[in-house]
Amino acid sequence: MNPLAPIGCTVLGFLAAAGRLVLFAAMAVMHCILPPWYPRLVLRQILEIGYFSLPVVGLTAVFTGMVLALQSYTGFSRFEAESAIAGIVVLSVTRELGPVLAGLMVAGRVGAAIAAELGTMRVTEQIDALTTLSTNPFKYLVAPRVIAATLTLPILVAIADIIGVLGGYIVSIGKLGFNPTVYLHSTFDILEPMDVISGLVKAAVFGFLIALMGCYHGYHSQRGAQGVGTATTYAVVSGSILILTFNYIVTEIFFSV
Amino acid sequence: MSQDTPKISVTGLRKSFGSKTILDGIDFEVAQGESLVIIGGSGSGKSVTIKCVLGLIRPDEGTILIDGKDAVGLRGRERDALMKKFGMLFQGGALFDSLPVWENVAFGLIQGHGVSRSQAYAQAIENLAMVGLKEDVADLLPAELSGGMMKRVALARAIATKPEIIFFDEPTTGLDPIMGDVINDLIVHVREEMGVSTVSITHDMASVRKIADKVAMLYGRKLVWMGPVEEIDNSGNPYVDQFIHGRAEGPIQMDVRRP
Ligand SMILES: Nc1ncnc2c1ncn2[C@@H]1O[C@H](COP(=O)(O)OP(=O)(O)O)[C@@H](O)[C@H]1O
Ligand SMILES: [Mg+2]
Repeated sequence: MNPLAPIGCTVLGFLAAAGRLVLFAAMAVMHCILPPWYPRLVLRQILEIGYFSLPVVGLTAVFTGMVLALQSYTGFSRFEAESAIAGIVVLSVTRELGPVLAGLMVAGRVGAAIAAELGTMRVTEQIDALTTLSTNPFKYLVAPRVIAATLTLPILVAIADIIGVLGGYIVSIGKLGFNPTVYLHSTFDILEPMDVISGLVKAAVFGFLIALMGCYHGYHSQRGAQGVGTATTYAVVSGSILILTFNYIVTEIFFSV
Repeated sequence: MSQDTPKISVTGLRKSFGSKTILDGIDFEVAQGESLVIIGGSGSGKSVTIKCVLGLIRPDEGTILIDGKDAVGLRGRERDALMKKFGMLFQGGALFDSLPVWENVAFGLIQGHGVSRSQAYAQAIENLAMVGLKEDVADLLPAELSGGMMKRVALARAIATKPEIIFFDEPTTGLDPIMGDVINDLIVHVREEMGVSTVSITHDMASVRKIADKVAMLYGRKLVWMGPVEEIDNSGNPYVDQFIHGRAEGPIQMDVRRP
């Protein structure tokens, strides 16, 4: 047998999967834009994705801010550059850690839930039933989730930014003995609008990717309980990897302008 | 459309999943008001057959005419218009578990036909009454229903949009014989009331005798016999004989290892 054949097969399989995913994404975007829309379903998903993710995202953010302050103190006190800590915390949180960590947490929570729900609907023929009742599953199931996640993640991340900075503030003031006024002053001094905006744009991209991967794997779930389980795992893993990939791409775009 | 154009006409239908061929040249017709019942063992491709007709699965080959018009590969508006002619009772009910019973029944009216919610509610109650369910189930969730009730709600949903062709996928499977008979009666009742054409799938012979005009048997990727229900007991076809008598010995071989 040709030793190159397995490599070729893998590459072709990968390209086919990528093609299917891109087609799915294009369909999803098209159905988000074209009417009919389902505002009730979008609101319900916003509640489901946004509101119920607040505790997870908030806890992640506060501890991240706290540990950032602590770690950068350890490093920066060696150069007597403690005054940089406020800036380190706020820039890391708004530009990177807020969106990425919130994105990863939501990918675990929401991506999995979407894949499990759509996968169950696929396996129990509810998606087929939608079609026979003259309802397009892309419009009724995929579009509301994609719209809701894309809109909600920036809001979640904005909240995570505030809580993260607050976490750094608590440790810096309470444990490291900084002056509150000076700390806050240097926080806002160094922060540029673009730092926050780039983070929120990332959040919107991540929201889109999370919902897309959840819907894609759920929609194409194989039959049986095992099929749904696999779909859920894939949704989380591929969602997380895409978040990290697109994090770099978006950063690169913002960095070069 | 003339009176004798069949509602459904399928010729040369073929479908494979990967390397596994499920259907290899299926032909059948269903006339206006006729009831076709497809029998066959589990996994023989009965559900795949009607999903091809419904457009849920795209056939590899073959033509499917609905009211004389080609139905394969329709998209957009034409597909929507065609879907409105169909009602389908899925094997597991396929009720939407996030919606209460009445909204399940009214779903096609609200989403597909643009009926207002309050009007759709009233129509849903009427349809529930037609399958012998009272208004007090309207607000229950599907998870709170028993198997028989679930089938009846699914039946109410399938007829709510007043379709011209209704498909029943194993309407009595998993029910006790009495509830099975209730469902059979409801199907006969609905057909008489609405004058629709139906295609049903079952392996329950009591159901066949009650609801069929015409019976087709699917075995080995093909329809091995088709004829009026009156002839089923002396079809002269060994597959049919084995199936209706439920014998393990005969031309149909199951993949089971003998002890
Ligand atoms: N979407 C699908 N993908 C792959 N295989 C399928 C699919 N749907 C059905 N099959 C296979 O086709 C065969 C026939 O299935 P089905 O029509 O559901 O049988 P039944 O006659 O019991 O209704 C089964 O072996 C099943 O595994
Ligand atoms: Mg079946």
